[in-house]
Amino acid sequence: MEPIARVGGRMAPLDRADVDTDQIIPKQFLKRIERTGYGPFLFFDWRADGNFVLDKPEHAGAAVLITGGNFGCGSSREHAPWALRDFGFKAIIAPSFADIFRANCFKTGLLAVTLTERQVRHLMDLASEDPAAQVTVDLEKQEVRGEGFTYKFEVDPFSRDCLLHGLDEIGLVEMHDAEIAAFETHRPSWLPAVK
Amino acid sequence: MPNFRSPPGKAGRTLAQKLWDSHVVRVAPGEPDLLYVDLHLVHEVTSPQAFEGLRLAGRRVRRPDLSLATMDHNVPTQGGVRAADDLSRRQMEVLAENCRREGIPLYQIGSRRQGIVHVIGPELGLTQPGMLIVCGDSHTSTHGAFGALAFGIGTSEVEVVLATQCLPQKRLGDLAVTVTGELPLGVTAKDIVLGLIGKTGISQGQGHLVEYRGPAIEALSMEGRMTVCNMTIEWGAKAGMIAPDDTTFTYLQGRPSAPKGAAWEKALEYWKSLSTDAEAAFDGEIEIDASRLEPHVTWGTNPGQVAPVTGRVPQPLNDTDVRALKYMDLAPGTALADIAVDRVFIGSCTNARIEDLRAAASVIRGKHVHPKVRAMVVPGSMTVKRAAEDEGLDLVFKAAGFEWRNAGCSMCLGMNTDILAPGERCASTSNRNFEGRQGSGGRTHLMSPPMAAAAAVTGHLVDVRELL
Repeated sequence: MEPIARVGGRMAPLDRADVDTDQIIPKQFLKRIERTGYGPFLFFDWRADGNFVLDKPEHAGAAVLITGGNFGCGSSREHAPWALRDFGFKAIIAPSFADIFRANCFKTGLLAVTLTERQVRHLMDLASEDPAAQVTVDLEKQEVRGEGFTYKFEVDPFSRDCLLHGLDEIGLVEMHDAEIAAFETHRPSWLPAVK
Repeated sequence: MPNFRSPPGKAGRTLAQKLWDSHVVRVAPGEPDLLYVDLHLVHEVTSPQAFEGLRLAGRRVRRPDLSLATMDHNVPTQGGVRAADDLSRRQMEVLAENCRREGIPLYQIGSRRQGIVHVIGPELGLTQPGMLIVCGDSHTSTHGAFGALAFGIGTSEVEVVLATQCLPQKRLGDLAVTVTGELPLGVTAKDIVLGLIGKTGISQGQGHLVEYRGPAIEALSMEGRMTVCNMTIEWGAKAGMIAPDDTTFTYLQGRPSAPKGAAWEKALEYWKSLSTDAEAAFDGEIEIDASRLEPHVTWGTNPGQVAPVTGRVPQPLNDTDVRALKYMDLAPGTALADIAVDRVFIGSCTNARIEDLRAAASVIRGKHVHPKVRAMVVPGSMTVKRAAEDEGLDLVFKAAGFEWRNAGCSMCLGMNTDILAPGERCASTSNRNFEGRQGSGGRTHLMSPPMAAAAAVTGHLVDVRELL
């Protein structure tokens, strides 16, 4: 994975709470066997009316999605962060994220940043009132910056390290092969094997 | 006995902590724990990119013997593989190729044991107390009903598990849900979990593992416990679990992959240690009184938008409610029992086990599906289907006018041709009523199997207790 230290650009405000992954990428687009190519189908049903926020010219090319709490709830489909990434988003800022979605974002190199309700509201209003406003999401310094504001955010230190250094998680786990092998010798004998 | 790498806490441990500790391969400060996975369940939709990643990196599957694959998400439920669209068929072929190359056992479409991944694990006896089970599917929490630690993962994590049989995971908090009292007649495990989500909302569980406990949970069958644990993810928690007891052991004994003879005795001794210590503390506790529960139905577009069927569509409290009512085409104040349905779906990893089918059949016996309703039963596995046919349940459903299909996820998520048309309204035993979940523009009301069966024969949402 490419190292990621900071990303930024214009914002798109999606002012809804509890956005589930079925909305982010509906099931009919989960039949691909590749990790890419999902961008055109992002929020497919919501975009059908032609008036969806992501289709407004002033938000075209936005890099940061500002949205409501519990974003990414429901299905574990990693196709959801793939679709957001393919569409052009580099970061998502919300008051909270569903656990599996947040983990999937991290693996996809999409920054899922939690700010307070008040801070998210500010960014939501700013994005609506001034679509040209720029924000920077700085993973290294753990802050979201824009003109006149700096918001600190918390991030799991290990995930941060992996992203900053572009580490391959499988490679990291494989470094502990001796411990894994030792663990395997102690597994109870009654545990099932499939064949 | 498993070697506990993390020292047991002085204050006693919860079931979740015991399960976690017994799978820790490695702990290091500032890093997630490295956990060993006992069983990795694989299906056609969330695995192809993981296998591809392995292949590109020149890696192999570390423990194909601890992996099991099935085809469930996009399989046709009639007409066999030939009835699948090209992309779905390709996805199934790719799974078969991947399993063949890596030596992973696969129950493909047409196989006697094929079925929904969360139905076949338990029925084969592969899901056992004390295990750590993962799958690229959020409803993996189902397996927690056996006192296992089980949770859904994304495709990148599927790749990590395929390659290493391990998964780095950050320790999570513990919640207890205590269900007291006794379920009234006509009220089921589904109503416990729907009632719970109605109370907690859909995100309160975030960052937690949940233990369900109390007399009403202990009184549930394994099928009922699986229904409760299955929907844990719908209130945001990663895993739900129930301490194993005699109900668990009786269900397991004699199943194909359950331990036998001396191994059974050793396993049993360990399994009996898997409960929360009296002095252990949870990060939060929620109480529900089962005796006050009624049959529940959802009225909105998430599982937290739910009410007793005796109630009315509520006044919207926020933008989410307003959007939901518009999508569902419902007016506040409408009696829920006045809502007419077009379709009925009895199926999914939540409610398509033999006991669910029995409960639904008992409501429709001698009755007929309402002339304006199209109803279908999709058994959770081909094993469930055969068991139901051995009991003659298929005849009850068919005589009543239900379609009797082959196993799969089917209309729970509508990846195959079993979908709602735009505007169609469905009484469904599945787990998610999200917009478009069962078909673009379709409207889903979640409920228990007896409630869905009652809706099928009356043509509208109805309190099943009126039919009993």
